[in-house]
Amino acid sequence: MKQSSLRHAIAGLAIVAASGAAYADKANDTLRVAFTKELENVDSYFNSSREGVVLQRAVWDGLIYRDPATNEYKGNLATSWEWIDDLTLEFKLREGVTFHNGEPFNADDVVYTVDFVAKEESGVKTQRNVNWMKSAEKIDEYTVRIHLKDKFPAAIEFLSGPVSMYPNEYYAEAGPSGMGLEPVGTGPYKVVSVTPGQHFVLEKNENYHDSPKGQPEIANVDIRTIPDVNTQMAALFSGSLDLIWQVPADQAEKLAEMDQFTVSNESTMRVGYLSMDAAGRSGDTPFTDVRVRQAVNHAINRQELVDALLKGESKVVWTPCFPSQFGCEQDAAAQYEYDPEKAKALLAEAGYPDGFKTEFYAYRNREYAEAILSYLNAVGIESDFKFLQYSALRELNMTGDVPLAFLTWGSFSINDASAMVSQFFKHGSLDDARDDQVLADLEVADSATDPEVRKEHYAKAIERITEQAYWAPMFSYNTNYVSTNEVEYTPTADEVLRFTTMEWK
Amino acid sequence: MLIFILKRLGLAVLVAFTVSFISFSLLFMAGDPAAALAGETASGEDIESIRKLYGFDRPMLVQYGDWLISALQFNFGESYYFRLPVSSLIVDRLGVTMTLGVCGITFALLTAVPLGVAAAIRPNSIIDRVALFLSVAGQAMPSFWFGLILIVIFAIQLGWLPPSGASSPAHFIMPTIVLGYYAMPAIMRLTRAGMLDVLSSDYIRTARAKGAPEGRVLFRHALRNAIIPVVSLAAVQMGFMLGGSIVVESIFALHGAGFLAWESIARNDLPTVQALILVFSMFYIVFTFLADVLNAWLDPRMRSS
Repeated sequence: MKQSSLRHAIAGLAIVAASGAAYADKANDTLRVAFTKELENVDSYFNSSREGVVLQRAVWDGLIYRDPATNEYKGNLATSWEWIDDLTLEFKLREGVTFHNGEPFNADDVVYTVDFVAKEESGVKTQRNVNWMKSAEKIDEYTVRIHLKDKFPAAIEFLSGPVSMYPNEYYAEAGPSGMGLEPVGTGPYKVVSVTPGQHFVLEKNENYHDSPKGQPEIANVDIRTIPDVNTQMAALFSGSLDLIWQVPADQAEKLAEMDQFTVSNESTMRVGYLSMDAAGRSGDTPFTDVRVRQAVNHAINRQELVDALLKGESKVVWTPCFPSQFGCEQDAAAQYEYDPEKAKALLAEAGYPDGFKTEFYAYRNREYAEAILSYLNAVGIESDFKFLQYSALRELNMTGDVPLAFLTWGSFSINDASAMVSQFFKHGSLDDARDDQVLADLEVADSATDPEVRKEHYAKAIERITEQAYWAPMFSYNTNYVSTNEVEYTPTADEVLRFTTMEWK
Repeated sequence: MLIFILKRLGLAVLVAFTVSFISFSLLFMAGDPAAALAGETASGEDIESIRKLYGFDRPMLVQYGDWLISALQFNFGESYYFRLPVSSLIVDRLGVTMTLGVCGITFALLTAVPLGVAAAIRPNSIIDRVALFLSVAGQAMPSFWFGLILIVIFAIQLGWLPPSGASSPAHFIMPTIVLGYYAMPAIMRLTRAGMLDVLSSDYIRTARAKGAPEGRVLFRHALRNAIIPVVSLAAVQMGFMLGGSIVVESIFALHGAGFLAWESIARNDLPTVQALILVFSMFYIVFTFLADVLNAWLDPRMRSS
């Protein structure tokens, strides 16, 4: 953006101007937070936004909870669970839990929720989160079984993440639109008011059950959507906000120099990568030659990108998945050290001694894409750079018209390799590799119930993908959280704001 | 006169629907609505299922036809993004935009017209120079920059005004100034040029020769004639402010209709975009019409035509 340098100048000006101390609304026990994006619907099954995940974790609970620090699974609305067979999970439910509207939580709620979201006609936005479930069955008041469509070992991970339990009577009546306007859950925070897309007010659930999420400390949370980052910073300076997140690296650095704010940086699960059209779906392209794809991998100095542009907790990534994900075996990945000479040699060997010209697409972080572009130029790969809207690029991806693109994937914060590598290498519409060997390994890895077997086959798939250099994995993303000094919060690596773990200093 | 008005209105409605058809096709060309709707976390399969669910796999003309038939019955459907009725969404946001637009144009007129008159009375004087400087600055300064400068001064340093939001009248002061200042220069220059022109005309000389007081000459005789093109311009500016205050709404987190339109385009939220385009074109039509009526009232010569 050509305005960006001007904007930075303003941010700098604002920082100089903000000499006085910021006043948090600690006195009213109200934490004021900004969202950047307009959230479409608070009903967590009908949005696909990060902001939606934040509210989902505050307002609702899942059967299971994954401790973000240890990755250990703990019971939340369920107290225990076991696999009856490969397709059946049985849960003992927690007794004495009530929804915010007073409705008691029991097996009927689980059955209703699962049966509703698993139906394709219900139109749940992120089908992948729910379409592995077939139905649920009530055994008694506090025992319930979930039946799977097919073997799906990542079920526990999904049940601890995007699958929350809704009150059956209320949801049957209100539906997704009603739930979005007046959400009702069992979670640590109750929703007081919703102005769609703009303003969300939460208050502490005094009757919150003994959940592994912990008890909420701060009484009220007031969330406003402020689309402009500079305005968010101004609001923070003037004391009308207490916490902002997703703050760009250069501005966070400036804020960190000021005494009245605390800046913390944490990794996210988002991975940036180059995808190459190895299968030749876009027509006659040099990327069908493995040497060209390896040359691209050798041409890019990933560490320099991380140090100069992404900063913070970002790391170089060699795998087509996020390193903490189950099955994302780091040792299996071939690593391509930065070596432009080798890249040129490989290109020459492939029959392109003078390089070639290709279309190069990107949809976010233009500055990263341009940096990558300059590395490619240096070894002779010239490009016709096209920066598109996300939806426009996705359309081209699906029809296989993209020879080379800088893309990213956030895995919906699911800590299992199936949420990333299996999304792109199982011959779906987004698969530009179409490798049968990878497909076979992923089929096994995605459905085996023995964790060791899963790891082994993910490792094989990762080895094949990286040796064939179908992608050039680049780096993980990070996000900056900026709060006034009165807020105590330790962010987690999954980019979810957890109000329950926040307190006043 | 009535036939003339009806003809014009009929034509205007046709124009509005032509615009809506063009925008509908442009949105389809700009990106896959199913992919936009599914969001960045969606897999290829998610996108396909949404395509079927919302009927994006049908020919575009059929989809437009469906929309048109419902729109003619005043049913604008449900927003793909918010899953709420488009009509309630727009009514919700229009309040902010209308308030902002009315305040903005009032601010622009109240500052620009007196400045323009003052500049015309003493051309090339210091007042004229100051007015010229203000208008050049207003034209040259991007509103996002001006808005942020105001925030830095009045919200952060002085702490007099809230930096963002729309919950009290005080929230509208800075956005009004930014929006109004952008419209001010054109109005001022037009007032000045009109006044200069009129002041040198014969009937002003006659009025002065009759011994009419200077105030009466300026406001009763001169301004009334000079203001006619200004009224037409202000009407267009007003339409622009209602549909195009995107930047101001975004900086001050006002969540008005302009910002909704801008975001809905990026989200390929067809029903919302289509309805907003109709609303915005109706605004232009109504304001130009009102401007004509006002001009007819100001200038009896225009009533006969």
